[in-house]
Amino acid sequence: MRVPIDWLSEYVEVDLTAVELSERLAMTGTEVARVLHHGPVSADNFVVGKVLSAEQHPDADRLRVCSVDTGDDEPRTIVCGAPNVAAGQTVSVALPGAVMPDGTKLGEAKLRGVKSSGMILAEDELGIGSEHDGIMVLTDELSAGTPLSEVFAVASEVLEPEVTPNRSDCGGLYGIAREVHAATGGALSAPPWADDPGAPTIGQMPAGIAVTVEDAVLCPRFTARVFENVTVGPSPIWVKARLAAAGQRSISNVVDITNYVMLVSGHPLHAFDLDQIAGAALTVRSARDGETLTTLDGEERVLDADICLIADADGPTSLAGVMGGSRSEVSDQTTRVLMEAAVWDGANINRTSTRLGLRSEASSRFEKGLPPEGALEAQAMATALMLELTGATLADGTLDVGGDGAGANVIRLRDARIVSLLGTPIERDRSQQILEALGFNVTAADDGLDVTVPHWRRDDVTREADLIEEVARINGLESLPPTLPLNRTGRAGGLSREQRLVRRAEDVLVGRGLSEIVGWSFTDPEVCDRLLLDDDHPLRALVVIENPMSSAQSVMRPSILPSLLDAAAYNLARGAEGCALFESGSVYRSGPGEDGMAANEHHGLGAIVTGPAREPSWADPQPPIARIETAHALVSAVLGALGIDWQVEQGELPFLHPGRTAMIRSEAGLLGWFGEVHPGVASSWEIAQPIAALAIDIGRAAAEAPRQTMFSDLTSFPPLREDLAVIVPAGVAAANVVACIIAAGSPLVNRAEVFDVYEGEQVGEGRVSLALHVDFAADDRTLSDEDVAPLREKIVAALKSELDGELRG
Amino acid sequence: MIERVAEIQEQAEAEISAASTAAALEELRVQYLGRKAELPQLLRDVAQLPPEQRGEAGRTANQARQSLEAMIDAAAAKCEAAEMSAALADDTVDITLPGSPVEAVGHHHLLSATRREIEDVFCGLGYSVIEGPEVETVHYNFDALNHDPAHPARGRSDTFYIEGDGEGPEQTLLRTHTSPMQIRIMEETPPPIALIVPGRVFRRDSDATHTPQFHQIEGLLVDEGVTLADLKGTLLAFARSIFGADRELRLRPHFFPFTEPSVEVDVSCFMCEQGASPEGDRCSLCKGTGWLEVLGSGMVDPNVFAAVSEHGYDPDTHQGFAFGLGIERIAMLKHGVPDLRFFYENDLRFLRQFG
Ligand SMILES: [Zn+2]
Repeated sequence: MRVPIDWLSEYVEVDLTAVELSERLAMTGTEVARVLHHGPVSADNFVVGKVLSAEQHPDADRLRVCSVDTGDDEPRTIVCGAPNVAAGQTVSVALPGAVMPDGTKLGEAKLRGVKSSGMILAEDELGIGSEHDGIMVLTDELSAGTPLSEVFAVASEVLEPEVTPNRSDCGGLYGIAREVHAATGGALSAPPWADDPGAPTIGQMPAGIAVTVEDAVLCPRFTARVFENVTVGPSPIWVKARLAAAGQRSISNVVDITNYVMLVSGHPLHAFDLDQIAGAALTVRSARDGETLTTLDGEERVLDADICLIADADGPTSLAGVMGGSRSEVSDQTTRVLMEAAVWDGANINRTSTRLGLRSEASSRFEKGLPPEGALEAQAMATALMLELTGATLADGTLDVGGDGAGANVIRLRDARIVSLLGTPIERDRSQQILEALGFNVTAADDGLDVTVPHWRRDDVTREADLIEEVARINGLESLPPTLPLNRTGRAGGLSREQRLVRRAEDVLVGRGLSEIVGWSFTDPEVCDRLLLDDDHPLRALVVIENPMSSAQSVMRPSILPSLLDAAAYNLARGAEGCALFESGSVYRSGPGEDGMAANEHHGLGAIVTGPAREPSWADPQPPIARIETAHALVSAVLGALGIDWQVEQGELPFLHPGRTAMIRSEAGLLGWFGEVHPGVASSWEIAQPIAALAIDIGRAAAEAPRQTMFSDLTSFPPLREDLAVIVPAGVAAANVVACIIAAGSPLVNRAEVFDVYEGEQVGEGRVSLALHVDFAADDRTLSDEDVAPLREKIVAALKSELDGELRG
Repeated sequence: MIERVAEIQEQAEAEISAASTAAALEELRVQYLGRKAELPQLLRDVAQLPPEQRGEAGRTANQARQSLEAMIDAAAAKCEAAEMSAALADDTVDITLPGSPVEAVGHHHLLSATRREIEDVFCGLGYSVIEGPEVETVHYNFDALNHDPAHPARGRSDTFYIEGDGEGPEQTLLRTHTSPMQIRIMEETPPPIALIVPGRVFRRDSDATHTPQFHQIEGLLVDEGVTLADLKGTLLAFARSIFGADRELRLRPHFFPFTEPSVEVDVSCFMCEQGASPEGDRCSLCKGTGWLEVLGSGMVDPNVFAAVSEHGYDPDTHQGFAFGLGIERIAMLKHGVPDLRFFYENDLRFLRQFG
């Protein structure tokens, strides 16, 4: 909405500059998005002129040389290109020195040899409408030299307030004026609908028309008045100028009146050509599915049963509360006007305008929910203007279906409650003053005030808290003391254990050189194909968005891996040799989740490393590239930090290299996987190098981590370490060798760890040599060689019999 | 004999003092103290002296030997140290070469780092951190939070809805704010409560200043007698922790469906003095206003308590405040990130600048 200050000043005294006013409004609850300027920078040097003579220019067919009285001693010569300029006209003149809206300063100029000292103005030259063909002709009563700003608003500051959705009363200038009055103390004028020229006729039915409202919920009030002897024509310049400053195009006097009244009262009206209403009868009803209506903008609209319309004997003729129909539009030939001011159900209007993709000045006001009383206020104001500007006569009677809204609500505002909610008192007199300025009726009560809510705040102010907000916002929040509340929760606060562990896991990855990304939760459903998922793979149970912004963002990601691959591809394409990335975030599957969650959401921790496993340097120019063992080490680091016991298990995942896939198994089940991304998957992200990857259900892992670590004595009796080199057939898993050694060495062997792997001539074809550290320890004594020797033999025997293994060399 | 010992000692001391290398000292050690040297021989000869001379001669010779030994040891240690110093002095490298192997240190994403920073501030104020589902229902996201049935945010042009069976309040959507957790928490935990809810939220918006997903932190404190002044004090503490100890706070009345009164909160700009840079230019961060809008908040609307009244929340006795701040916004303001897109591009050159 645009609020020209010049126009606003008709309703409230404004002593502040536009910028000061917008700051004050912002601090009382109405943000002002922008302050604009309409028209010339200043109204100086714009005056009324009288054309004394208009002669053909001697050297130019399309120019006239005019002598114009601008109130100076001598008439001035002005060369004018407008075809309609003629002697005897009263016109607007820009004198030399005037600054035009585009910033150019007018000087004296020679046009084809004739000196011109000024300019006779067309509308568009002042930012009023688009009329350029002819000059503006003013009424003859104006005397030459009168400053133009006394005739109409030549220049005005314009506020663009952002009215919050609860303030339907601020959809018009008068509502804003009331706010300005309360916020600044500037005197408020009586509302422009205070005197209704049609007042005696309320309650009677204008002769010859009939209106039926089928659904009083969708249309709580419908009022109509009939105007006869209407002369449709252009609006006077002051109306045009105001509408232009408010951002509205002038159309005709009748249509301009509906817009003018809406801009002031906040209540939209619609003017019908009464003679185009078939049967002179209107019905307010729901549309039938598939019914069509051509709206004023020329579009044919296909309606549905939830849309409310106004029909005549020939069918739909207006889209209720959104836009009129072209069939009953007011035209130059119109002589009889039916002026409609109704109230429509806000939610329904909102649905209709969304459904049809049609937002109008009317719908945006109605959808906030307007009070029924506003309909007659708008009628009163429109009537005065119809009589003044169109020469119309008002037919007897005002049709009114529905009547006023519910009776006024009275709310007690307790002084004590103000202190308790705000933390600081506001004097009762001050509260009263504020509420009265906002139009509330206030009477004294023993513990506060009894406050009657005006109809324009009926839906917005219903409780004591709402009144406290009114008082607080106008009184100002600057003086509120900053205090800290007592914390009586009995809890110290802080992160939960699981949250701390998730942070720890993330920190481990950061400590190992990985950078965290934040990917999109949205993804493309085709990602399932790119991950080579079978048709019935559980990851295909996608959470699907009904109204996505694009198909590439139409489902929720089932895994973090695609986000990581996106980020890797992005960086590799920009010259990175490799990258080490992780993300900690949600993954989604359809179907009900735990604890009443609407979908199956998990907190996942995923990481990929591609390219060098560690950063190359001058002393380490060619580090190995990241492989499955890189991912394995990261998993060990993360789960080790969380204190979780886990094992590697064979597994199969369609998006991983089948020979390089490992599942992470803990006591409670599978916690995730690691491996190398399937080259077919990598290539669909245009990555040609191996990608080590891992994913851990970190939410579950954190929940499962041991709560408390108890002490073990690892220092009193240090272990005895022996190194074994074992040759086993290729294909025997290292984990099996370790398990065999620990089992055979029980109970004194508690740890065996592979530190070297060798394949080659020395161990023979089809065999592999593993070198292991083996720790022998007891918790009650330091072991001797005699303790260890027999176990060593048992281990060798077990390796031989169980794994076909033998000690090397 | 005693005279001879003194002579030897004098001569040896002179030579030891003159010796400059460890090798020369070793030679002197052999020459004066070795098995075939004169001084040890004299010591051995003490036994052949008359008994009355043995005591003094033995003592003298022994003292001389010990003294020479100590002198050679000391000189040798000094020599060795000098030789090592000399050797080390020659053994230099270019210390300006980079470290190796490179122990890369990774980076938290700026959004995570900012989230943690904010979480830690409120943890310090005694708040618990709670997380909640991103796929929500109409009930929790709108209805229970007092949104008018016609509230524009409910529209399909503003909110992502999820395909599924749910209808009406049970229809599922992507939460548009972290506020649904206000209701979920109050359903589970009786008052008093003090907590924050960090998380990802979604709105159907994509332009220079909006991304369809972003991150918020919700705050909620409910007890008896909690005031708007308490909200101001809490947010002032937050603002000073995040943006610097000199910050001031400004509350501007606003409207949110689930708070009453509602306020938008501005923090005084940390880049300028009341909108003007030290050079007198209009501050580009706050656009010359001197204030940065950082969050929306307010006193919990009585209707919200009414929605959870069966869980111990009474609109007549309980009061509370709630606030919601955008992590992206805080990160952009604090670190001067000019464009939201940087957060989701995940360009390593961006990621490595922070966290
Ligand atoms: Zn600034």
